[in-house]
Amino acid sequence: MNLEFNIEGGNFSRAGHASSEVKKMLKQLGIDARCIKSIVIALYEGEVNVVAHAYEGRILVKMEPHKITTEIMDKGPGIADIELAMQEGYSTASKAVREMGFGAGMGLANMKKNTDELTIESTVGEGTTVKMVNYF
Amino acid sequence: MKVSELIEKLNLQVISGEKGLDREISGAYVSDLLSDVMGNARENQIWITLQVHQNVMAIASLKDLAAVILVKGLQPHKSTIQHSNEEQIPLLSTTDSTFELSGKLYALLNDSQ
Ligand SMILES: Nc1ncnc2c1ncn2[C@@H]1O[C@H](COP(=O)(O)OP(=O)(O)O)[C@@H](O)[C@H]1O
Ligand SMILES: [Mg+2]
Repeated sequence: MNLEFNIEGGNFSRAGHASSEVKKMLKQLGIDARCIKSIVIALYEGEVNVVAHAYEGRILVKMEPHKITTEIMDKGPGIADIELAMQEGYSTASKAVREMGFGAGMGLANMKKNTDELTIESTVGEGTTVKMVNYF
Repeated sequence: MKVSELIEKLNLQVISGEKGLDREISGAYVSDLLSDVMGNARENQIWITLQVHQNVMAIASLKDLAAVILVKGLQPHKSTIQHSNEEQIPLLSTTDSTFELSGKLYALLNDSQ
């Protein structure tokens, strides 16, 4: 079973909407509660990154027995140095975004901690694809 | 302890989300960094913060938090109130600072155990 959602870059009022839909679906499907919690954390961070740092994006959720794959693909500035971006505390978020409590530079670290596999591919000037796998 | 009992004991103001006042509290988390709350808060905890925008309620809902308390008499945005009602998660307010409120809440939750 597959799910697909769109993410609007820059629109903070919609941030978390897709994550909330995915959470509802996973609950309905009776997926393990701990697994849902982890996926929700990772997915929310991925969703917010598109809102905060990119122009538009798409989420694909693929469900298989004992495995959930979430892909977040965006059109945006891309990430020049992924290793640097992964460091906790590193953020290029604007002052306004930081004042809202976003931009703590903990998003990618949260994604890493809450997934079994995390792969990030990015092309500067084009966009970023984040692939996350959770086994349960 | 239920959210409704906490409101009485700490003299909190209920702004919205009255339908969630029966929620049971497991503890509390204090932070104004959204990723920190997302990563570390646990189900049924109370979240104490000075952030007043609607993303607070989105996170409270995603994390299944019991309620949100805004400190220092800060007023939420209209969209925050709306979201709190939709999600049925109480949005509460106090004139206390984060330090004062956390101290009181810590003592209260410890005593009730
Ligand atoms: N989808 C993305 N597109 C472009 N840059 C990104 C994206 N995701 C993350 N980044 C970059 O990586 C940094 C760290 O991301 P993250 O750990 O989520 O922290 P934060 O979002 O709080 O800044 C961001 O500040 C940004 O520079
Ligand atoms: Mg982020």
